Amino acid sequence: MTLKKIAVPLLAMIVFLILWELLVWANGWPNYIMASPSDLPAAYARFWELFIVMGWQTLWRTVVGLLIAIAFGVAVGMIMGFSRTMRDALYPLLVGFNAIPKATVVPIVALLFVGAHDFNTILIAFMISFFPIAVSVSIGLSTLEPEYRDILRSLGASQATIFWKIALPKTLPEFFGALKVSVTLAFIGTNLMEIVSPHGRGLGALFDSGKTNSDYPLMFAVLIALAFLGIVLYYVVVALEKIFAGWAER
Amino acid sequence: MTDWLIDIKDVHHAYATDAGPLPVLNGLNASVPEGGFVAVVGPSGCGKSTLTRLIAGLMKPDTGEVWLHGERVKSPRSTVGMAFQNPVLLEWRTILKNVMLPLEIVPTKMTKAQQEERARHLLDLVGLKGFEDKRPSELSGGMRQRASLCRSLIHKPEVLILDEPFGALDAFTREDLWQTMHALKAEEPFTGVLITHDLREAIFLADQVVVLSGRPARTQYVMDIPRDGAPKIDDLYTAEAADRLNILRHQIEIAQGRAPAEDTVA
Repeated sequence: MTLKKIAVPLLAMIVFLILWELLVWANGWPNYIMASPSDLPAAYARFWELFIVMGWQTLWRTVVGLLIAIAFGVAVGMIMGFSRTMRDALYPLLVGFNAIPKATVVPIVALLFVGAHDFNTILIAFMISFFPIAVSVSIGLSTLEPEYRDILRSLGASQATIFWKIALPKTLPEFFGALKVSVTLAFIGTNLMEIVSPHGRGLGALFDSGKTNSDYPLMFAVLIALAFLGIVLYYVVVALEKIFAGWAER
Repeated sequence: MTDWLIDIKDVHHAYATDAGPLPVLNGLNASVPEGGFVAVVGPSGCGKSTLTRLIAGLMKPDTGEVWLHGERVKSPRSTVGMAFQNPVLLEWRTILKNVMLPLEIVPTKMTKAQQEERARHLLDLVGLKGFEDKRPSELSGGMRQRASLCRSLIHKPEVLILDEPFGALDAFTREDLWQTMHALKAEEPFTGVLITHDLREAIFLADQVVVLSGRPARTQYVMDIPRDGAPKIDDLYTAEAADRLNILRHQIEIAQGRAPAEDTVA
């Protein structure tokens, strides 16, 4: 059973790599148009130290940005979930903010906090990823059926008790759904900063140096490394979801 | 002053809407003695659920008074148990933990072990033995409603408020649950208010049926149902029961405005 759970996605990945290799081979593409999987091991072997150092830089800044996004998103979601007035007030602001392409915000932030590379990167990762969390928490809380509230309220329970015993657990499945989206968004944020405003840190910088040096296999190797990090973080969220909201699975 | 456990005196209430105040209760009176069981029937949207929220202290009437056990109801109190049409069980808890939920809110002298034993006993009474560790989604609608009834009784409330708890169930399950209600009441005495649309349910379960008029609701008609011996479903198919149902049906028609009100006897 567990063997099958690991074998199936692994097999799918191998099939994907074979198809990719075949596509490049059948079209006779040189690696400056599209590198093939067989070009990648050489790139990893040559730059493995950089991959580890820069991969770590990308990972920790993404995770910190995401953690701030969770704290902020949950707080905003709670405010909007519990107060109709605040919901009406904040929704247009949030939607407007979310509609601004973050690529355009990167140079502004880079100028605003010049030199604070880690801070800037975390800031963009946070800005791009808090929105789904805020929306899901606010919807989860505001759509709580009144009977759920009444069951505890009729016994004289405080608002805080109702939140901890009912509203919070009931919102967890929506929260984790949003967190899965936010994880990938946070990676986009980190890399945006690393690529658009290069400062020699993170996988984005490695990608950029591949571009300047016309090292096309390196660029593809970075993409795959990013995909790998994304998958790892995604499954961390899945594991947390299993622990805290496993009951929602039918 | 009075020996009523629930005493509702001339209650008026209106909801604020965009089109101005919408009166729902207009001079409502009802009294239930200790151990009594009153069924409240009336046309759709006549303010029956508002009545339950008033008794539970979830809201305050504009004018008039609601008294529980000689105390004026101004806010929720732990001596009330509630069950709704939607069983509202918490999916992240087992059935046993769902039933025990009120004991986490209400102060109790029971030890953890006693609490659990009481929950298991109630579940056994309603025929849910063996389902204690299941999740709500693993149970049928009728079983969930049984669990919900156990939860509403776990803290030994003085007053049980039932807001159409059997409304969403099929006819056979409903009749089963009516029997369960009598079994529960025999073992766990409580004073009950049942909101229902089902006149047969009303005369089978209650010892008094109150018919509310159309919105804004006032007490239109009161019928006492004598109780002698253990109730059986067969009792619903006697000439006596048919007479009662006909009278109540007629009263509902008056409340709906489909029959003239000249023969209203309150």
